[in-house]
Amino acid sequence: MDHIRSVGAGAPSPEDGAPGADAAARRTADLVDLMRRSARGDEQAFARLYDATASRVHGLALRVVRDPAQAEEVTQEAFLEIWRTATRFDPDRGSPLAWLLTITHRKAVDRVRSAQAATRRDTTYHEQNQPVEHDETAEAAHATLEAHRVRGALAALTEVQREAVGLAYFGGYTHTEVATMLDLPVGTAKTRIRDGLIRLRDAMGVGS
Amino acid sequence: MSHEYDVHALSGAYAVDALDDLERAAFERHLAECAECRAEVASLREAASTLAETTATEPPAGLRDRVLAGIATTRPLPPEAPAPTHVDSRRPRRRLNLLVAAAAAVLVVGAGTVFWQQPWQESSQTQSPVAAVLSAADARSTSLDFEGGARATLVHSDSVGGAVLVTEKMPPPPPGKVYQLWLQQPGEGMVSAGLMPVEADQRVLLTGDAATATAAGITVEPEGGSSEPTSDPIALFDFGRKA
Repeated sequence: MDHIRSVGAGAPSPEDGAPGADAAARRTADLVDLMRRSARGDEQAFARLYDATASRVHGLALRVVRDPAQAEEVTQEAFLEIWRTATRFDPDRGSPLAWLLTITHRKAVDRVRSAQAATRRDTTYHEQNQPVEHDETAEAAHATLEAHRVRGALAALTEVQREAVGLAYFGGYTHTEVATMLDLPVGTAKTRIRDGLIRLRDAMGVGS
Repeated sequence: MSHEYDVHALSGAYAVDALDDLERAAFERHLAECAECRAEVASLREAASTLAETTATEPPAGLRDRVLAGIATTRPLPPEAPAPTHVDSRRPRRRLNLLVAAAAAVLVVGAGTVFWQQPWQESSQTQSPVAAVLSAADARSTSLDFEGGARATLVHSDSVGGAVLVTEKMPPPPPGKVYQLWLQQPGEGMVSAGLMPVEADQRVLLTGDAATATAAGITVEPEGGSSEPTSDPIALFDFGRKA
């Protein structure tokens, strides 16, 4: 992975001694609190939730749909959906960030599938990332650290796992399409995606 | 609910939305029964979401105001009621009505109703209409097997207000004829719900409000379709509503 900086609060990182692990856990707890209050109709809490997560939501939408105007629509739709369904979020089943990025990803993928992706042509996901300029704050520094950790964790994946995960997650392609793009036998791309995600999960120490 | 392939292996592709609609529906049926896969999907979604750290991009400044204006006029959904975990026993299968009985005599060999839900699903609003129906928490599915191995499954969801017909190995209609779909609406009888594309395996969304309909049917009609059924249905799916 090339160097890409990012901004925003961190994913949970329960690894003991990992730099920023406490801060990450605190950030997750903060997000859970904001989700709870949003679920009760607290618009100010939701505004704070937006501020804490919008760069990742929008960055993901943009990465998948590519078109800035459509990415903006996806981001807006995703946040409205998050507001509408905040009562359905259950912290016992996952982190707030994973929950809202799952909603975002699904919306972005629906968008590109229905549009049949006429404008998406390149098949690598290292490209077209748009670095965020300002990283003055502690929050931004933490986020940059998280991005760095993720890139480090991706090194634990084999090349084909990394490509398969990237095409599925950032490209919005089905595992069948991924198999064709990577010249894999039909039915094996899903295994590569799963194995890659498992390695990423274990390297990041999330979701276990 | 048997699968020739290892359905567990779809967890990763499911976690990153890399399944097509039909695979997704099949996997979600599996998820309803497999706590191990539910836990794995949750953990793989956590993993996948960390990838978004590498693409963070500030949205345009005006978006914040639009989002906040949008939520001000949007009512949050109530919490989900604890969902039943088994086939809904409060709702015994309705006796087939006369029309159904007539249809049953024609082609229907077997029918079964299953009930599935995905309590871990955030919402059906993030999906295409077909996917929304197939994955709705209250989706109910009735399958009819035809002689010759064809199978038609009708999935309907009251919360989504939609119905989807999924066919497998469906033979083409007779020359000059089409399969037409119908929804039986109270007080209106059979209302056309569209024509079925001529493909053996497909998913088609029925036109009309499935939340009010009491049944769905398929008839063979002259090319172009009819405004009302001109033949007995080859299949009829009772929605099991109380009379």
